[in-house]
Amino acid sequence: MNRFDYVRPNTVAEAVQALGADPQARFIAGGTNLIDLMKYDVERPGRLIDITRLPLRDIVEHDGGLRIGALVTNATVAYDVRIKERYPLLSSAILAGASAQLRNAASTGGNLLQRTRCYYFYDTATPCNKREPGTGCGAIGGVNRIHAILGASEHCIATHPSDMAVALAALEAVVQVSGPNGDRAIPLAEFHRLPGDDPARDTNLAPGEIIVAVDLPAKSFATNFTYLKLRDRLSYAFALVSVAAALELDGETIRTARLALGGVAHKPWRNTEAEGLLQGKPATRETYQTAAELILAEAKPQSTNGFKIELARRAIVRGLEQAAAGTPQSQSDKRIQ
Amino acid sequence: MLIDSGSPGAVGTIGISLTINGERREIQVAPWTTLLDLLRERLDLTGTKKGCDHGQCGACTVLVNGTRINSCLALAVMQDGAEITTVEGLASLAAREGKNSLHPIQEAFVEHDAFQCGYCTPGQLCSSVGLMNEGHAHSREEIREAMSGNICRCGAYTNIVDAIEDVMQQGGAR
Repeated sequence: MNRFDYVRPNTVAEAVQALGADPQARFIAGGTNLIDLMKYDVERPGRLIDITRLPLRDIVEHDGGLRIGALVTNATVAYDVRIKERYPLLSSAILAGASAQLRNAASTGGNLLQRTRCYYFYDTATPCNKREPGTGCGAIGGVNRIHAILGASEHCIATHPSDMAVALAALEAVVQVSGPNGDRAIPLAEFHRLPGDDPARDTNLAPGEIIVAVDLPAKSFATNFTYLKLRDRLSYAFALVSVAAALELDGETIRTARLALGGVAHKPWRNTEAEGLLQGKPATRETYQTAAELILAEAKPQSTNGFKIELARRAIVRGLEQAAAGTPQSQSDKRIQ
Repeated sequence: MLIDSGSPGAVGTIGISLTINGERREIQVAPWTTLLDLLRERLDLTGTKKGCDHGQCGACTVLVNGTRINSCLALAVMQDGAEITTVEGLASLAAREGKNSLHPIQEAFVEHDAFQCGYCTPGQLCSSVGLMNEGHAHSREEIREAMSGNICRCGAYTNIVDAIEDVMQQGGAR
């Protein structure tokens, strides 16, 4: 790990000021991803701004929903009684990810800002346009079974690794940020970006901005939901494909549908056209298959990840079936019903 | 700003206060020192093990304010003011409450043969106590899932779950 300077602000304004004074600095909260990246020399910040003393540790009622402070740990969110009762999709997605130790340390804001787990991004001996723009992409034509099938570019085929963000995308959460030009709100669907020709940028955060909270809207899908995560190990592994599905039903008819995929793209993948297609349709396997076809119509395999397209197709159908039946995937009993 | 270690590149150290296994310590640390390295290299508390050093194996698990974390992914300077319990402190936790020389989870690991080479054991023990403090795992399946951050290459998993289940049935972490 490189040597660095360390500052510990007490307020959001001080934190924003500290980053403004040194744009090469990094905020650190849980540190579970950043310290790891620093040990691999992928990140070499000259200064760390420890934001753990900022007053961003509460979950409060907000506009009919909940506002989660950026420093609330993943474990605290997942086990919060209000989250479990009103937003069980979010709780389930968080508990599908990482380990208990990591969830105890990792923050809500940090979860959104974690970097890809692409092998080539981590390996400084290989080219990577995300780590070192202009050097190329080792994953294209390389070992890429974990890589993107949707929204990739010729410059980067990395995926975003978060489970939490996939549930937040389905719930239409809003990210509250503060920066040198004041505060603004970014819908979760617009928070992360596709790689395009600038894969070094994971998000649409502007320089100098800090996440202060994540807002959950009133509509919470507490009855018909699931987070279905498919991976190489049953526990403590990143998703090959995951599905956050949330439905509102009128009897056997779908009134509202939300669907977000993880493990398949540079951001949580939502297709509102497919969600619209589900609305007003009977809650049947045939309906779900039509939506899956639409979502995956533009999927493109890499050299060794073609299986993920069929895996995603089946996961979408099974996820919607679980949601409609009100039988969400258990995150301790991993058998898929 | 509460703390500023000076200009970038300067080899500064920062004074922090930690309570480690019940003993309050005032320590000067470089900001890049992990909690794991502080414990092992500076304080001779070598019970906490360095396995992968990347948060994947759980051998470095300690309790910070009663909560289990990977000490390899925690900077010591960021723990300023915290109460740290390592495997060396588990027995004293029990002793303070008038128990025998071992913590109940340690006795259960011996009883159930929950280790072979022992390298992962300090992390398994601290993680088990953290799991019981959390109170979210009840069934064997839930215990297995909640212990998934602790790898045991000897494969003692079945007996580790037995040990935890046994202590939980006796009333949890005492």
